[in-house]
Amino acid sequence: MALPAAPQGSRRALDVNSLAKGWWKRLPLVPAMAVVLVVTQLPFVITLYYSMQRWNLVSTSAPRFVWFRNFVGALHDEIFLKAVVNTAVITAAIVFASIVIGGLLAAGLNREFRGRMIARTLAITPFFVMPVAAALFWKTGVYDPSFGILGWVTSEIGVGRLNWASQYPKLTIIILSTWQWSAFALLILLAGMQSFPTEVGEAAAIDGAGRLYAFRRLMLPHLRPFMELTALLIAMYVLDTFAAITILTNGGPAYATTNLSYYVYLEAFSAFDLGKASAFGVIALVLAIALTVPMLRIVSGIFKEGGRA
Amino acid sequence: MSMTVRRPALAGAVVSALAIELFSFNAAKAEDVTLTVALAANPQMETAAKLIDNFYAKYPGIKVKFQTLPENQLRPTVLKDVATKSGQFDVVMIGAYEVPLWAEKGWIVDLSKQYVGSSPDWQVDDLITPIRNLVSYKGDMYATPFYGSSSFMFYRKDLFDKAGLKMPEQPTWDQIADFAAKLDDKANNQSGICLRGIPGWGQSLAPLTTVINTYGGRWFDENWAPQLSSPKSREAINFYVNLLKTHGQPDAAKDGWQECLQLFTQGKTAMWYDDTVFAGPVLDQASEAVKGNVGFALAPIKEKPGSGWLWAWGLSIPETSKNPDAAWKLISWLTSQDYIKLAGEKAGWGTVPPGSRKSTYQLPEYQKATADYADLTLKSISAADPLKPTVDPVPYTGVQYVDIPEFEQIGDFTSQQLAGAISGQMSADDAIAASETKIKEIMSDAGYIK
Repeated sequence: MALPAAPQGSRRALDVNSLAKGWWKRLPLVPAMAVVLVVTQLPFVITLYYSMQRWNLVSTSAPRFVWFRNFVGALHDEIFLKAVVNTAVITAAIVFASIVIGGLLAAGLNREFRGRMIARTLAITPFFVMPVAAALFWKTGVYDPSFGILGWVTSEIGVGRLNWASQYPKLTIIILSTWQWSAFALLILLAGMQSFPTEVGEAAAIDGAGRLYAFRRLMLPHLRPFMELTALLIAMYVLDTFAAITILTNGGPAYATTNLSYYVYLEAFSAFDLGKASAFGVIALVLAIALTVPMLRIVSGIFKEGGRA
Repeated sequence: MSMTVRRPALAGAVVSALAIELFSFNAAKAEDVTLTVALAANPQMETAAKLIDNFYAKYPGIKVKFQTLPENQLRPTVLKDVATKSGQFDVVMIGAYEVPLWAEKGWIVDLSKQYVGSSPDWQVDDLITPIRNLVSYKGDMYATPFYGSSSFMFYRKDLFDKAGLKMPEQPTWDQIADFAAKLDDKANNQSGICLRGIPGWGQSLAPLTTVINTYGGRWFDENWAPQLSSPKSREAINFYVNLLKTHGQPDAAKDGWQECLQLFTQGKTAMWYDDTVFAGPVLDQASEAVKGNVGFALAPIKEKPGSGWLWAWGLSIPETSKNPDAAWKLISWLTSQDYIKLAGEKAGWGTVPPGSRKSTYQLPEYQKATADYADLTLKSISAADPLKPTVDPVPYTGVQYVDIPEFEQIGDFTSQQLAGAISGQMSADDAIAASETKIKEIMSDAGYIK
């Protein structure tokens, strides 16, 4: 909130004046602000309060204030730490794979060919399938060794029917989410590629640059802000992956696919330990902010006039 | 009304007459209530919602508002309401696991004391005894059982015939392991048996605990010391994991009853051990090749007979309900003999709530519609004993679970480790060791172990 710089002289009076004026100008915003505060900040404050309680809905003892015991407990909780690592691994893998696959698809679709419209629509479709429906379909239709397409494919090529969820639980989640999010990456990266000035490409061709060289030295730098934005958006959504985990693995086996949001869910709605669940939620939020704020800083460059060279 | 009361006495007869008038008017009015009911979204309850007009016809003063929720959302929603005393619901549908726990906390009304004695029409003695015990706490009923179920074995008669095998009515687990080995046909993508492997205390731990019980194992000894690593429990857990790994369905760590139902009805497995309530859906959904060939047998045993589990969905009245009397009228109607007959006639005998009343199994129409499995269901339910689930004495009740508030947490952790063992990421013994360490921690924290 940058107040207009006051000139030299009767500084105090001016400050008060401009402050009042500023508030007057912002008055119409107050109702909206109030709503935002009530629906976002108030629950957070309440969560903070809960996170310092020993409060188990099903336990016979009454809730009591325990300060930071739940937070300290989280640091000693093996599964919580495992969930942090799982969240990081799953998120990073999905972001990386989605950008690579989405980028390749976009490069393919960024050329003129017959049926391009249909191909583009088909390529984007996975993003619009509801996560629960997608997960259910993948569980029985793709991964299942008896019914799934993958089981058939791998047995045809001689690898045998793989037990995806048992042998590669994390990969199972990563592949499913990548399938959905690479379509989203495709959407943004394709827009980025189409904003690439054609004359630059032509000039490079005249100068004798090969297609691969031109792509690496001209297109990629041009795409960088788009990729950063894609990474940020995907990371923000994928951090709290839930549907895929609930439906494919219930967080197992042996917590191999339990991420932070699934662990918070288990703590809140299976153990009914609202105090611990709130504390886990607060820590998850802090970690998410720590991750997204620097990324937001990087990305905010593209919103500035002229972007970044 | 308070105005009438405050009038001076000299106001005389007219006023008191008016007051009496007002009182009686209010008494009549008190019947005109709306009940809010929280229900699980399952076919039996949907039938109940459809037949509610018959209830209105009997009790014109009572209106009913159903709030139907998926089973996994019903639990947290109702628990929050009852634990925080919000008083949103007049009737709640809760599982057998909750009834004694909530009764102990004084969250739900003691039906035996308040209503059952004065309602001879409701025929309390007609309820199947283990189911009645299941929804009771210290001998008093706290819920009316809407339906009950046990577990038994589904198998494919044609595959057994082809292999020259015969499933006895009461198989042992050793026989089952032998059958599974012979019927396992990996080349044709067909497993010997399907068992739940996905984590969740209500998923894989239910069948596993019945195996532990019949092997002579237990979750805790009389002093709440964890017993999963005792020789008999260990043997049972290793048996379950090995059976699943060698002759079970592939990728079992991701499968719950939903997946097993699908595998069995599509002919991908020769046997399936699960809830008796799935008998109807299996016969409904089975593919042509499977349909005429579904056989049923009692839950397999090792040491202890009657090893099927026991579950019931009950209807309870929260203490916070403002209309408990009207709520009793509703839940006694929904669990009466008349209702079961009505549901059979109006919605089909296959969808009648099973496992609650002995009289249901004597109805000729019901016997005809469920001839394949009704007898075995009743036998399984009657043989289960939630008050004495194990060979050695235990301080808890519940057959396929331990009825303490901490069990969900314990069960979730243990079933995660179990899935780890089933998927081959760790050995069964490592899974047991990890679980027992965690169980000790939880039980000490909760004050069971000093």
